[in-house]
Amino acid sequence: MTKSIQELKIFANQVRTDILKMVHNAKSGHIGGSMSSADILAVLYNNIMNISPKWKNDPDFEKRDRFVLSKGHASPALYATLANMGFFDRDELLTFRKINSRLQGHPSIKTGLEGIETSTGSLGQGLSVAVGIAMGLKMDKNDAKVYVLTGDGEMQEGSIWEALMNASQRKLDNIILIVDKNNLQIDGCVSSIKSIDPLDKKLEAFGFKTVTINGHDYKEIEDALNKGRVSNVPFAIIANTVKGKGVSFMENNAGWHGKAPNDEDFMKALEELENV
Amino acid sequence: MFKETVEKQSPRKAYGNALIEIGKQNPNIVVLDADLACSTQTQMFNKEFPQRFFDIGISEQDMMTTAAGLSLTGKTVFASTFAMFASARCLDQVRNSICYQNLDVKIVATHGGITVGEDGASHQALEDVAFMRSLPNMTVIVPADYTEVKQAVKHAANNYGPMYIRIARADIQTIFDEDKYKFNPNQTVTIKEGKDLAIITNGEELLEAMKCAELLEKDGISAKVIHAPVVKPLPADIIQKTSDTPLIVTVENHSVIGGLGSAVCEMISEHSPKKVIRIGTNDEFGQSGEQRELLEYYGLTSNKIYEKIKGIIS
Repeated sequence: MTKSIQELKIFANQVRTDILKMVHNAKSGHIGGSMSSADILAVLYNNIMNISPKWKNDPDFEKRDRFVLSKGHASPALYATLANMGFFDRDELLTFRKINSRLQGHPSIKTGLEGIETSTGSLGQGLSVAVGIAMGLKMDKNDAKVYVLTGDGEMQEGSIWEALMNASQRKLDNIILIVDKNNLQIDGCVSSIKSIDPLDKKLEAFGFKTVTINGHDYKEIEDALNKGRVSNVPFAIIANTVKGKGVSFMENNAGWHGKAPNDEDFMKALEELENV
Repeated sequence: MFKETVEKQSPRKAYGNALIEIGKQNPNIVVLDADLACSTQTQMFNKEFPQRFFDIGISEQDMMTTAAGLSLTGKTVFASTFAMFASARCLDQVRNSICYQNLDVKIVATHGGITVGEDGASHQALEDVAFMRSLPNMTVIVPADYTEVKQAVKHAANNYGPMYIRIARADIQTIFDEDKYKFNPNQTVTIKEGKDLAIITNGEELLEAMKCAELLEKDGISAKVIHAPVVKPLPADIIQKTSDTPLIVTVENHSVIGGLGSAVCEMISEHSPKKVIRIGTNDEFGQSGEQRELLEYYGLTSNKIYEKIKGIIS
């Protein structure tokens, strides 16, 4: 059952509120890059991916579409999305980053958390793992798709480009790369540290059909993902996003990459999200 | 257990032959290489099963993470390149994408140790066992000859989890008889009994250690020779097997830091402390040269080991 734009907006706002609460409660975590990817995840899980919250109890589990969060530090966004989809109880979100939690700082399959396909966190590896999954699915004649979300700063990792070459070498039409291009990394602007531009031309040159969209426009996200799904070559979506999206004082501010809000900022941010 | 005829065989060919055998038995076996298929002998598998072989190109990091992804879809993946590039270059990928996820990926690395020869230090992996041994979930195996490589590879195919198997470049005299020897990952192999000292070794150095023990015997020194192909988890039978020998000497074609010598020291110091002398390459890089010249230079021939042990005992 897909969601309307209005419903997606409500969903993503709930996810953003959960991200805020999780990071505030944990007193650490990555808010900025989680907020920038919330809308992409909302569309992906609600309207695009063939996946059941029943997870391994779903009889069609093997046929599920796979999602790999290569930018593993955006785990709060993924956890909140999965919980709001019903993969696990929302109460568990507040165990994020606590000892013995299934919600590790970066996603881990070791904890058995429903919805996590692969452990990530060390940047530049998720795309390559996703390519391996896509190859395995092809060998098994499994039609499932593999969606991967990377950060734009992450594109500075050389291993990303090795993986892109591998995907296009093997003509993997079952992989869809989404770059959450929020233009910021820990030390500042991506373009002033080590520019990845022109990213569309680079991705095209590496054999990916590439589209550029507004990563906060639900219709644009959905259209692009639908194009990716039926593409007969590897497909990339450059999603222009705003780091910290949804909380005015966090937006476009690298300082909120990996910082937890104090109580005062938390209340202010919560109020902004409640008034959406 | 020993092969009666003297014959030199290629441990790399043993790998290629083993891959074909397990490939026939198990359709889930997938093999990756990083542009060294002709050297590592994964080409032999490619010839038989082209649909299950992928050359990832000169991208070892990508090969390891791709292997992880394939394993997540239920494949048992063998990934091969030279030990130098299978360990150091992609250690993060091996750690975070393979070991942390406890995936069924077997890294079979050829050209381990100083005996890579003329290519020199940049290609001589002297630290790979140390790197791999430090990773949780990783099993590390350094087989001695053709027979043992073949059996270790089959063992890897039949037992779940990350493994690192280190294979020598050169053809080596086959020690074990294919029909009589049975690789057992939970035990070390007592090659020869002795009471004055125990030499613990593996890989290419087993043959040197056996010859060294013969030289010592002529001088009235009785050396026990223990072969320890599994460096991690190191079989605990070493404690009992060395309980009556006052001295232990470890010999390996690897740095004395972090390899078999270190593993033996860790076990012995905790359970039955006694003197352990580690023989291997020291805290240094290798250099170009012929295989025998290099073994001689770095003190890893039977004669050099003999001289060193004589020096310690007298």
